[in-house]
Amino acid sequence: MIAAIKAPLIDWSALAPFTSLTVGAVVVLIAGLVGSARLRSWLVPGLALVTLAVTAVELLSRWNHPKVIVSEALRVDNLTVTLGLLCVGAAAFAVILSLRSDTEEGVGRGEYHSLLLFTTIGMLILIAANDLVTIFVGLELLSIPLYVLCATELRREHSLEAGLKYLIVGSVGSATLLYGLALIYGATGSTSLPKIGVAISDTGALTDPLLLAGMALAIAGLSFKASAAPFHQWTPDVYEGAPTPVTTFMATATKAAALGILLRILVGPLLPAVDDWAPVIAVIATLSIVVGNFGALGQDSLKRMLAWSSVAQVGYLLAGLVVATSLGIGALVFYLVVYAVMTLAAFAVVIENERTSDDGERLSGFAGLGRRRPWLAGAMTVSMLSLAGLPPTGGFIGKLAIINADASGGWMWLAIVLVLGSLVSLGYYLRVIATMWMTEGSAEKTPVVKQAREIVAVALLAAAVTIAAGVLPSWPLERAQDVGQTVISSR
Amino acid sequence: MELTLLLLLPLATGLLGAVLGNRLVKPLAVLGGLGTLGLAVGLALNYDTALGGSQFTVDKLWVKPLGIHWALTIDGLNLALVVLTAFVYASVVVACALREQENPRLFYFHLGLGASAVLGAFLAQDLILFVLFFDLMLVPFYFLVGQWGTGDRVGATTKMVIYTLAGSLLMLAAAVATGALTASHHGQHVDFLISNLQRLPLGKGTQQWVFLCFAAAFLVKMPAVPLHGWLKDAYKSMPLPVLALFSGVLSKVAAYGFLKLALPLFPDAAASFQDLLLGIGVLSIVYGSALAFTTNDARLVVGYSSIAQLGFILIGIFSLTSDGAQGALLQMVNHGIVTVALVLIVGVLASRAKGSEDLGSMGGIAMGAPVLAVVFLIAAFANLAMPASANFVGEFLILKGVFDSVTVVAVIACLGVAMAAVYMLRAYIRAMHGPDTNGVEQRDLSLREALPILPAIALILALALSPQPLLKRSEGPATAAVIPAAKAANIDPIQTATAAQGKR
Repeated sequence: MIAAIKAPLIDWSALAPFTSLTVGAVVVLIAGLVGSARLRSWLVPGLALVTLAVTAVELLSRWNHPKVIVSEALRVDNLTVTLGLLCVGAAAFAVILSLRSDTEEGVGRGEYHSLLLFTTIGMLILIAANDLVTIFVGLELLSIPLYVLCATELRREHSLEAGLKYLIVGSVGSATLLYGLALIYGATGSTSLPKIGVAISDTGALTDPLLLAGMALAIAGLSFKASAAPFHQWTPDVYEGAPTPVTTFMATATKAAALGILLRILVGPLLPAVDDWAPVIAVIATLSIVVGNFGALGQDSLKRMLAWSSVAQVGYLLAGLVVATSLGIGALVFYLVVYAVMTLAAFAVVIENERTSDDGERLSGFAGLGRRRPWLAGAMTVSMLSLAGLPPTGGFIGKLAIINADASGGWMWLAIVLVLGSLVSLGYYLRVIATMWMTEGSAEKTPVVKQAREIVAVALLAAAVTIAAGVLPSWPLERAQDVGQTVISSR
Repeated sequence: MELTLLLLLPLATGLLGAVLGNRLVKPLAVLGGLGTLGLAVGLALNYDTALGGSQFTVDKLWVKPLGIHWALTIDGLNLALVVLTAFVYASVVVACALREQENPRLFYFHLGLGASAVLGAFLAQDLILFVLFFDLMLVPFYFLVGQWGTGDRVGATTKMVIYTLAGSLLMLAAAVATGALTASHHGQHVDFLISNLQRLPLGKGTQQWVFLCFAAAFLVKMPAVPLHGWLKDAYKSMPLPVLALFSGVLSKVAAYGFLKLALPLFPDAAASFQDLLLGIGVLSIVYGSALAFTTNDARLVVGYSSIAQLGFILIGIFSLTSDGAQGALLQMVNHGIVTVALVLIVGVLASRAKGSEDLGSMGGIAMGAPVLAVVFLIAAFANLAMPASANFVGEFLILKGVFDSVTVVAVIACLGVAMAAVYMLRAYIRAMHGPDTNGVEQRDLSLREALPILPAIALILALALSPQPLLKRSEGPATAAVIPAAKAANIDPIQTATAAQGKR
């Protein structure tokens, strides 16, 4: 009798990234209880980094070994690996960037890092989701720790406001998505993404208003998370209010996760409905480009400016998604990675400048930075040029790839919108460069705080990678197209 | 391989200087400038004229997924322009090295990057590579104006960048579209190599908007009236040696772009917009000249005269005749050299007039400074296309080409020749002659000032004596560049060309 009961087959090796992150998150939480504050201050971030490094290695080993695990709830393929690595990397840099921030005054080191790791698990699950239920679980696991992380600077009113605002708007987004997923389930009779795909192509559920409504709500819900217009209103306030390392993490990883799952749903089971969703995405992309770029003009807070600019950048990324070919998805994935790297560079510089001067986050705090700290200003310059899409940076190649995909896929007008948006964006990116290099700083400020080597190193590393992606883009672009190929063929 | 080295040399020396520190930066930059010039001249001497065509070609797949090639070559079309760029860069670096710069490490880095980008644009044989260098050119000049400029430099440089990039970004979209639409139009995969694209022309309707995007980028860069709004402020605040590089070669990239890309790739559109472009050219000549003889600013005389000269080059190209195109090419080289000389002379004049570049505060220097007077006069005569100068040959060929193609335009353009004499001589007389009422310092050219100017003057004289070698090399490729468009416009470039040959 006993022999007849079979234990469920669990592929531990494919599941390893998820388990190691979970274990790490718990260990970090416990390590936060260590009595000595000094020990805590290096033990907790150290353990978090180790966890993330182990996860990264485990993810890397899954490259080109696609596998569906946990009763088809998760799919670990090249998309999961690439975007998972991006999120894990972003989390690691968030840990490094917050080494010197005083989290002890707020929620405590253990809690802070543990929340960060839990968010990362949520992202990983979301990206790997192969089932509607998994999508929602992943999204919530991503969101709830982030709400708290935004509010970790308990003494600062703006931080609390950011957390609350994000919680309210984020919940609306989650609810919208959930409703959409429910409708899709209703129309197709299954929660599994592959089965939904089969149902759509077999039964001709394409014209089903239930499915179309579900699709629209799902897109809207994920657009909240990716902060695409017109679902972006929370972005500037939350980005400005949250602690800057958390903002950095949100601007890079959250965006990657949200776009990753959008990609998986739309180009996966919903690919037959491409003629229905592509125009919607094109409109969202256009709105994001217009709203983001015009919103960023004239912002005096760097964090707010980068928030608006991130809205515009999502627009560029969605312009790649519209073309549901391996060309378009490859361009999207490449640009997503480049976007994360150049954004990381910009935020690292902001964090360092915040530390060393009073108005470091304001544009005026950047005046004369080129004279005071040329390397830091150099990293910021590379980041701004790349975000604006000028050569020789990865941003240029990324935009080129997206324009190429749009032009080949018959979306020429979207490419023109992208180009015109980039032109507007010069208005604020160049303003930062001009402030750093071409205006005098208001009287030499004596740096009160010692320079943080690790933050400068992060900024320089990110800037170097940005340039490298612009000079030698062949290899990463090919990998990105591999990813695109796996997404399409996994249907 | 040689071409990659040539392209990267200015950037590499600039970068090395920036890294190694203040003491080595100047020697390295000068070395880079002279090395680039030597390399370019060496390549020109080794270019087999009898063989013609593309030589020293490099062609490697650079971005495989997008089909972008690292393709560089030297042919009759860009040979002279590459040498010109190297020459101007060398002169400018020497001129810069003889004065003090604030923050020299970044200054020479940007200067080198600018020169490399210009060389890249001239050498590129891949459409996207060309666009990349065309956009890249702007970045260092943004900093050079904004950081080392005078007056409202930030406003000036921002205006310049936004104007120029408006065109460049449209061109980027159009260039990518050219590849993608060619592929879908002909139902086969193509990369972005210009020679491949040329074989598979786009449909007529598509050509038109793509051509207009390219034209917008080039016309802003030249600049042509009415897209010249950025010129005044940018010229006013640019440091003089930087202005020499900018005005001497960057505008030529735009004119070269018409010959290299716009005409061969979009011949039908070029033919149908011929009148528009000729009109813009004539407008630039007349309006640019009028601006040049109403301004009192010596620097702006040079700037506005550039608008007029580029107008000539534009109508030469869009005459769609072999003569016109050849004249335009020759004129690009001439204008590049003359501009360098004139800009640097303006600097010398200003140093005599207590730093003012206003013509009203100069005058009467000629008596005390005969060498300066002669040097200025040679440059001025060349710029107004005095007979016996190479500029005269260039303008003559241009006018002849235009006369054969659209006679009315040639008649109006002839006015420009007369106006050039007016503004150049006016500037010369007011700066050099007349009573010395302003207490101008009567000092002749010092060796330090003469060093970067004299080679340009020597080159002006050399070209005046024998423009033939230049013309011989460019004849074939210039004709080939206009043939497709001329066919579409029902102009016969060959016949008029051979007729001209007979007369010559």
